[in-house]
Amino acid sequence: MTESAAKSYAAALLPGTLPAGPNAWLNRLRAAALERANALAVPTTRDEDWRFTDLSPLYKTAYQPATFPTEMPREAIERLFVPEATSRLVYVDGHYVPEMSMTGDDGISVGTVVDSVRGAPGIAEGHIARLVGVEQDPFAAVNTAYLQHGAVVAVPRDHQASRPVQLLFVSTQPERASYPRVLVVVERGAELSFIEDYVSLAGGAYFVNGVTEIAVGENASVRHVRVQRDSEQSFHIATCGVSLARDARYASQNICFGARISRLSHNVRQEGEGTDCKLDGLALVAGRQLADTHSSIDHAQPNGRSRQLHKCIVDGAAHAVFNGRIVVRRGAQRTDSAQSSRNLLLTGKAHVDTKPQLEILADDVKCAHGATVGQLDPDHVFYLRSRGLSEAAARNLLTYAFAAEIVDRIPIASLRERLEELVTRRTQAKV
Amino acid sequence: MRNPGGKLLLEVRGLTTSVSGVEILKGIDLAVREGEVHAIMGPNGSGKSTLAKALAGHPAYKVTGGEARLDGQDLFALAPEERARAGLFLGFQYPVEVPGVTNASFLRLAYNTVQGARGKDELDPLEFDDFVREKLKLLDINPAFLDRSVNDGFSGGEKKRNEILQMALLEPRLAVLDETDSGLDIDALRVVANGVNSLHAPDRAIVLVTHYQRLLNYITPDYVHVMAGGRIIKTGDKSLALELESRGYDWLLESGRAVAA
Ligand SMILES: Nc1ncnc2c1ncn2[C@@H]1O[C@H](COP(=O)(O)OP(=O)(O)O)[C@@H](O)[C@H]1O
Ligand SMILES: [Mg+2]
Repeated sequence: MTESAAKSYAAALLPGTLPAGPNAWLNRLRAAALERANALAVPTTRDEDWRFTDLSPLYKTAYQPATFPTEMPREAIERLFVPEATSRLVYVDGHYVPEMSMTGDDGISVGTVVDSVRGAPGIAEGHIARLVGVEQDPFAAVNTAYLQHGAVVAVPRDHQASRPVQLLFVSTQPERASYPRVLVVVERGAELSFIEDYVSLAGGAYFVNGVTEIAVGENASVRHVRVQRDSEQSFHIATCGVSLARDARYASQNICFGARISRLSHNVRQEGEGTDCKLDGLALVAGRQLADTHSSIDHAQPNGRSRQLHKCIVDGAAHAVFNGRIVVRRGAQRTDSAQSSRNLLLTGKAHVDTKPQLEILADDVKCAHGATVGQLDPDHVFYLRSRGLSEAAARNLLTYAFAAEIVDRIPIASLRERLEELVTRRTQAKV
Repeated sequence: MRNPGGKLLLEVRGLTTSVSGVEILKGIDLAVREGEVHAIMGPNGSGKSTLAKALAGHPAYKVTGGEARLDGQDLFALAPEERARAGLFLGFQYPVEVPGVTNASFLRLAYNTVQGARGKDELDPLEFDDFVREKLKLLDINPAFLDRSVNDGFSGGEKKRNEILQMALLEPRLAVLDETDSGLDIDALRVVANGVNSLHAPDRAIVLVTHYQRLLNYITPDYVHVMAGGRIIKTGDKSLALELESRGYDWLLESGRAVAA
């Protein structure tokens, strides 16, 4: 794509001017984001960070925001509800649907950016666009320019939320764009589990451009499950920024069934001493899908710990990308970090690009990393066949097992079971 | 019991097998009849595991000549899973670890597949649970076993017990147990021996591949074969195992060479 086309794509996603809303701070933020979006070129494969992920199929269409859906597929949406959750925000084609949402009182504040969030005034204003800035990132800039009803979850000091919060983003209209936005603020000593679930109900080509920001306070704990299951023709680009204060703990499972092209940039910054970060990823793609995960764990303070296991299962002529950046800054002594990338290619045409990217500036650190790319182990297949399983059943079971290591770590039982089913279905597609 | 007039369960003739292009088995003849227990002994590298894997159908072990029949059926015309369903069981010398698959679901899948192929009823998870727990008791295996991933992080002894458990569930016509006794303490050895003895029936047969005469204190073989260099160089009864125990293999290998020369 030409330089000028790349220059104007972000602008083409936006209207020339934005209608002013009731919040002056938000109007200002959006106007600034609009300006950046108009100025920034979208990435091409000439950008190092996008080397393997060619977005030109996306750039062919300047998807416009969906209108509020005229027909709400209520039942299909309700089937996506996680029963453990007592708070839930539902978005359909980017629009907040209060009738299907539930902001149950579990001692936490759940609401949207534009409405002042009950029990947590000023939270959105104080935190939004801090962890995912608009200055350099055209997609985040477009998302922020559209920001209005983004989800806000705030957990007050020392409160341990007993039930998970579900944030559900459903796509029903093809040829449209949506801009999911999530802000999670967990104060000192508090705990939260939450689910971000991106689902397509109608298929077709559409564009999801999401931004998630998670601020984990001192000695607070967040468990984050992200599920992305878009249509095979769609585009999904998202950035998730996480900050960890002193002794904060963050554990995430990111389960990606892909889109036509999907990209998650997951950036965690350890801003206080003694933090603990666990990133688990699973990308399961087939056909001609491309799933790209770029993660970054930035150890900026001493005594931080991080564990990362990223797995890709690539079938058909699909392509998975994993770039795992680990930064250990000069002062971040006694950092203990381990990263493992494991990739299973189910066909000769399946392809993976996996790359650790270590930038270690401190000297007293432990940083282990490793990557494997391979097919199913013939000895494993034979072992199962020798017990009577057909070759297809054996391969399916082993593929499932490869995925299960990640899925089993999901702390919410009903979601875990559903994903086990989904993974089973995906890994059995070819019997 | 030796059963010279009995039905031939396994018949191997002139079997040659190569691995990575190297011929390992150089002509194996073996006849196992219903009700019999055979022991195959022999030094490391003599081809015992190769024989077991060739019979079970491991794709890396290429049969280059000869034939094998199980119950009269051409074994080499069957896929590995078809051999298992037809009643062949291989207890692996090195059972593989399969992280992510629970033992319970694996065992049930295997059991139901084999049952289904034999025209018998499959069991639902609850029924299977009852059934498998009975077997666990018999084999003195901790039920916690069921919830763990297949062989994942199991000790050597646990893996071998798991092989015996699988055998007990699948009730094969012919079990080939490849060094199921090696690396076991005396208790585990007794468990394995009990498992084998309880499978032993007039219409089944067992082939024990072993290094040691130790297991043969618990299970009495009708025939003892000694393998070396990809051939069976001597066949005798259980006294041969005792003789090997006291004299080692060298005398046999030397006389074998003398014969060959
Ligand atoms: N998978 C394999 N790849 C290469 N060589 C093998 C393989 N399996 C067995 N062999 C070779 O075949 C010979 C016989 O090995 P094996 O059947 O394992 O003997 P045993 O079980 O009697 O110790 C050895 O020389 C061994 O190195
Ligand atoms: Mg061996």
